[in-house]
Amino acid sequence: MTSLRPDHFDLDDARDQPLSLCGKAFRAHMSGALYWPAERALIVADLHLEKGSHFAARGQMLPPYDTRETLRKLASVIDFYNAETVIALGDSLHDVAAAERIDGADIETLRMLQADCDWLWVTGNHDPVVARIFGGHVVPGLTVEGIKLRHDPRAGAITHEISGHMHPAARLVMNGTALRRPCFVGNGLRLVMPAFGAFTGGLNILDAAFEPLFGNDGMAVWMLGQDGVYPVATRLLREDS
Amino acid sequence: MSERSRPTSTAKIKKPPAGGVTRLPEPFADWFQRRKWSPRPHQLALLQAAEARRSTLLIAPTGAGKTLAGFLPSLIALSSGKRERKGAGLRTLYISPLKALAADVARNLDTPIAEMGLKIRTETRSGDTTTARKARQRTHPPHILLTTPEQVALLISHPDAAYLFADLDTIILDELHALAASKRGDLLALGIARLRALAPDVMTIGLSATVARPTELRAYLVPQTSPDQLLALSDIVTVSGGAKPEIKILEAEADVPWSGHTARYAMGEVYDAIRASRLALIFVNTRMQAEYVFQELWRGNDDNLPIGLHHGSLDAAQRKKVEAAMAAGELRAVVATSTLDLGIDWGDIDLVIHIGAPKGASRLLQRIGRANHRLDEPSRAVLVPGNRFEVLECRAALQAAEAGAQDAMLSRTGALDVLAQHVLGMACAAPFHPDALYAEVRMAMPYSDLTRAHFDRVVDFVSTGGYALRAYERFAKLRRNADGTLRVSNGKFAQQYRLNVGTIVDTPMLKVRLTSGKRGGKISALQGGRVLGEIDEYFVEQLPPRATFVFAGEVLRFEGLRETEVYVSRATASDPMIPSYGGGRFPMSTHLAERVRRMLADPSSWSALPEPVSHWLELQRERSILPGPDDVLIETFPRQGRHYVVVYPFEGRLAHQTLGMLLTRRLDRAKMAPLGFVANDYALSIWCRGDVSAAIADNRIDLAKLFEQDMLGDDLDAWLAESSLMKRTFRLAAVVAGLIERRHPGKVKSGRQVTMSTDLIYDVLRRHDPNHILLEAAWADAATGLLDIARLGEFLERIQGRIRHQPLSRVSPLSVPVLLEIGREQVYGEGQDMVLRDAAELLIREATGEEPSCDVQPRPKARTRR
Repeated sequence: MTSLRPDHFDLDDARDQPLSLCGKAFRAHMSGALYWPAERALIVADLHLEKGSHFAARGQMLPPYDTRETLRKLASVIDFYNAETVIALGDSLHDVAAAERIDGADIETLRMLQADCDWLWVTGNHDPVVARIFGGHVVPGLTVEGIKLRHDPRAGAITHEISGHMHPAARLVMNGTALRRPCFVGNGLRLVMPAFGAFTGGLNILDAAFEPLFGNDGMAVWMLGQDGVYPVATRLLREDS
Repeated sequence: MSERSRPTSTAKIKKPPAGGVTRLPEPFADWFQRRKWSPRPHQLALLQAAEARRSTLLIAPTGAGKTLAGFLPSLIALSSGKRERKGAGLRTLYISPLKALAADVARNLDTPIAEMGLKIRTETRSGDTTTARKARQRTHPPHILLTTPEQVALLISHPDAAYLFADLDTIILDELHALAASKRGDLLALGIARLRALAPDVMTIGLSATVARPTELRAYLVPQTSPDQLLALSDIVTVSGGAKPEIKILEAEADVPWSGHTARYAMGEVYDAIRASRLALIFVNTRMQAEYVFQELWRGNDDNLPIGLHHGSLDAAQRKKVEAAMAAGELRAVVATSTLDLGIDWGDIDLVIHIGAPKGASRLLQRIGRANHRLDEPSRAVLVPGNRFEVLECRAALQAAEAGAQDAMLSRTGALDVLAQHVLGMACAAPFHPDALYAEVRMAMPYSDLTRAHFDRVVDFVSTGGYALRAYERFAKLRRNADGTLRVSNGKFAQQYRLNVGTIVDTPMLKVRLTSGKRGGKISALQGGRVLGEIDEYFVEQLPPRATFVFAGEVLRFEGLRETEVYVSRATASDPMIPSYGGGRFPMSTHLAERVRRMLADPSSWSALPEPVSHWLELQRERSILPGPDDVLIETFPRQGRHYVVVYPFEGRLAHQTLGMLLTRRLDRAKMAPLGFVANDYALSIWCRGDVSAAIADNRIDLAKLFEQDMLGDDLDAWLAESSLMKRTFRLAAVVAGLIERRHPGKVKSGRQVTMSTDLIYDVLRRHDPNHILLEAAWADAATGLLDIARLGEFLERIQGRIRHQPLSRVSPLSVPVLLEIGREQVYGEGQDMVLRDAAELLIREATGEEPSCDVQPRPKARTRR
């Protein structure tokens, strides 16, 4: 079980925390991004760009600013690590028609980010096709240093995998306060990343949907706060009511 | 209303005519005679006004035959021969804040109609009415329809509204004082403006309890045809007060405690008072108090008196049972919250016992009026203060009641989120021209000051979201026709609109279901039983497994959660928890607060107080100071290694919480290291690491600067960015305005889902579109609602140059009550990240072996969902 215990972390500056997976060192960032120092690669999952306009097209006029908010957050975390590669783990676009709705200024912001680093779009279920307008390289999945990066986590006792898709969130009840936040959830051998997009919701990791991934062997959880990312004992977590 | 010059009006103030100036026509005169009644002067006055087609406000205390007075003109008109029909034949619309009241009034109308053999059809309409009946009512309505504001909004959103309301001639607004100054009142005002457009000759009759400023209600009743020059007012008929109520403050053997609201010390005397009366109504301020008092009374109920419980979280069937038992005279007492404040006659109540301070003079009079629904006999009431400050407040309320003084309502500016809902509703009814709708809307009193720019922004919000980034033009919900009118771009929006009408947004609640569950049994194996009511989700979140708590007057054990239901079993426990509910606690009114401050400043008035209380104030005078009636006292003293600042504004809990947040920020900047604060209705206390007394003495802190009005600028803004109260306010506005759907055709969204998404939207809007109209609407709500910024602003203005600081070497007598709230009340000032940090530290300690951990951390068993 030692692999579940974060060995050293820093609560004075909690903006990111060390996280190891199959012996490799990563940094989990409070924004929900994962940085791989050895590869100088930044991994983000489930950007869901243009989710606001997707709802607007159906008559619910959510603010049209989620794409720029997501890109702003992404730019700041790229700067934080000075990353050379960005890997988006699928569902980067909320739906196939996102390219038709995205604002010109947002495309420009994206292009400027892409100008300074390598950009890989791993395709997900929402974006089997990433339109050319979004630039970068499109791949169905990739393996780096033996670690598989893909959108959908495979069921079963899989190891060496980093995935997204599930939008994990955790609900902490402590000292009379209840808090529900997106989180990283892993077991030292595989990791599911939180959704990075501004309007993305979360699925409680105690939901049955996570059982095929982690069984009953235990999980390690890092919850995203406003000032930092915090490892949390799973026994403090609760189901949604 | 604020910027308008003194209103001029042509309306007459009528005194009820003396003697038989007007007589009732047959068969009414005969019916009155058979009942040995004579028509009351105000009933005749109202008839006279109606004959002249003048809208009228009737102000009368309970028991004056108000409702019958309101209906008499309609009944007489309907019975006096045929009128040519232009539409569906609906003549009178009665609107009440409670559907139960509408049903009750309908029943009471049946008697005269049946006994006089009138051919008048009456029906009620509410959310519970069957779909088939609702549909039939739109084409074949009764003569008199009794309903609620939400149903009016729905009815006018249908394309056939013009036909339905073509014959409308009278609108009766019951309990108008309870409705007008609220979002529901805004919605209703807009609805009435539309009804006037459909039936231009319609006349309104407002029924109200006594209010401090009848002018506001009179203006509400009539169209503001030239809102920039003239305040139009209805006529008014006032019935002066009947017998004066007999109010006493309960004198208990035990001393009044320092703090708390439960009045446990006086339960013996309360029980004696119940025993000495026929039927006592026991009012409390919160549902939590209701549960508590109910438990305490039964604990000492040696005579086995039938005592019931009634509050808003109980299941409707439970409540109905209690109401029926009351009406049948089977109960001796009922413990109730504001659910029994209004109108309905449930029985022959001869005593009102008010536990805790009444928080407002008008509220007290309303509640006392529940006793003895006969005009000529005095109502009897006993006030039971829960603590020493409440003694002062009860005393102030008693004086106000004796003087017949009322709390002034806030002049209200119509809410923009409600307007947005109305605009969409009107588009669903028929294409509208913005010029025409703007003119129509401004006739409604709450919107008479609405600028065209705001109106246009609201229309734009409804159509495309109203964002500075014009991204959604092609998805617009409203499209322009060639003649300049706007129409709904897709018929499905009408269906969506109708599922989301209303201004009441529920907090997330869970059903409480009784089960015969076996010990340790799986939740899935539990047998579902009766539903007891609904409970606040936030309370359940904090319940440890198998905890016992009090609900619906029973001690229950928490067995588990399934979907949106809490499974419980009956239990016995000596110290069960009592759920606290978010809402239902009103802050003390400005008027009562002022009376309390005067009382404090005037030692000669203390002789009327119980001895422990006057002794307490004497002690305060010796050891510290007592502020003058317009001053604010600030005490600073050390205690247990911390430094306390106690401020006594007497401005109510909500304003104090906001003040506490802002002062904490400022003290933090002054390097005082504040650690937390707590607030009640009278005072707030902040505790710091830094020595505040010393900092004031050597001018590192200037109190005048600390309390400067500019704290409502940048500091407030910075705090609002993260305030959960502000987010809650925004959520309500977003739901009412229709940005977030409560319900989507075919789907039900739980409160939790709505909460998550509006928080995200709030953050994104603040960053990218800070001038968005919905943020403006939420801000306006917060100013008078959960944050009470308006009242705080008035306070800061009032105390300029009037701050009295008293450094002390130890706790002052006056500060004890608020200090005792620490630990009992939620303490503010801790960021949510503190919780995460605590959780992480716990994990570290476990990892490093400083604290025993659970040896394994298995994945908690997942709940299966279906």
